[in-house]
Amino acid sequence: MSRWQANRRHAVRFNLNGKPCAGEAEPRMLLTDFLRHQIGMTGTHVGCEHGVCGACTVDIDGNPTRACLTLAIQVDGSNVRTVESLAPSAGRLGILQAAFKRNHALQCGFCTAGILMSLDGFLRKYPQADEQAIRNLLTGHLCRCTGYTPIVRAALEAAAEMRGASSMEKSNA
Amino acid sequence: MKPAAFDYVRAEHLDEALDVLANEGSDARIIAGGQSLMPMLNMRLAKPKTLVDIMRVSELSRIERNASTVTIGAAVRQTSLLDWSELGESLPLAALALPWTGHVQTRSRGTVCGSIAHADPSAELPLVLCALDGDVHLRSARRRRRVAAKDFFAGMMATTRGDDELIEAVSFPADQKRCAFREVARRHGDFAIVACAAVARGDGVRLAVGGVADMPVARDFPHLEASALDDALNAFAYDLDARDDVHATARYRRDLVRMIGRDLVREALQ
Repeated sequence: MSRWQANRRHAVRFNLNGKPCAGEAEPRMLLTDFLRHQIGMTGTHVGCEHGVCGACTVDIDGNPTRACLTLAIQVDGSNVRTVESLAPSAGRLGILQAAFKRNHALQCGFCTAGILMSLDGFLRKYPQADEQAIRNLLTGHLCRCTGYTPIVRAALEAAAEMRGASSMEKSNA
Repeated sequence: MKPAAFDYVRAEHLDEALDVLANEGSDARIIAGGQSLMPMLNMRLAKPKTLVDIMRVSELSRIERNASTVTIGAAVRQTSLLDWSELGESLPLAALALPWTGHVQTRSRGTVCGSIAHADPSAELPLVLCALDGDVHLRSARRRRRVAAKDFFAGMMATTRGDDELIEAVSFPADQKRCAFREVARRHGDFAIVACAAVARGDGVRLAVGGVADMPVARDFPHLEASALDDALNAFAYDLDARDDVHATARYRRDLVRMIGRDLVREALQ
């Protein structure tokens, strides 16, 4: 059993976007604040801070998760992925991001990082996902700009592209 | 919207968590998936001095099926239950209700027992526990006890759990095949305005309703003709003592209980 004292900072280590990441956190520090203020990764947005809006969604050990309902100290030793992991290199967009851009699936962009992280994990697991499945996944997010239709369109387009890309990789191999 | 300060204890064994509860009582709170407790902490509706994380206690992460019951440990996430290959066969009512429990993004961390411990009157898992007459397995450093669902829930977010007790597991009677579930909410995955679960028992049906009273309430209905059933459902809808709130009026909630109730009684008897 280990006890971390309140009002003191403790070392927290986990894998962030495939690289080791370390920082210090009081037990009460949320993962959102740890990512943004300790690590300086501001791609993860903070909306409602009680798990309703989905803007802070990140991937923890392969599952989309609310970073605002997770303590930094709880992810010690885990694998965390944030929106910063989606672009293949600086100045280029990943498949999902490019599909969002083409389809005008974002306007103000506040909710986008969370939606991308939910869709990224989901489409990796279920590349055949249909519109109903994608709409069901999106119930975990609030977007007040788009009315969701362009987001669904972008997700379906990205899914088709990912399927094409993976079958091409297989035929090359 | 940031939690007040607390000590964080990571338990590796159940005894360690029980010791903290025995020593610190209501100043300590158990955290498992945190999907109900974390919003309470962020809004400072809960300000425990100590938070005890039980997710690394391996003995709590089991789903066990025996001849008559399914027992689900306190560290079993809702997603894990939904992915359990025997769910549809063993706990069909839970299979129907779980997709309505929060969202993919909260089920990935939230636990089955955590939702029951939180006892939100609109939540689906307490409703399923009531409909099936399941048991809550409580454990403290002093004793172990099993409490039936109807004796566990005590009001809005209130239960009969003692300050030194934690929920070790919950158990559901298995193989209740003739069942039905329906929910009305503003957005799929939000808390229910009304949620109903029905289970056939002998000739009749047990109907449980969440989102209306301050806790899930179940009632047994004998096999009745259409108009007698409508009368009985109407009486049930009024007995739940619905109230107006920002989400819906009391009258709308009673309407939903009557309409969904009638459909589900029929479905469960088919």
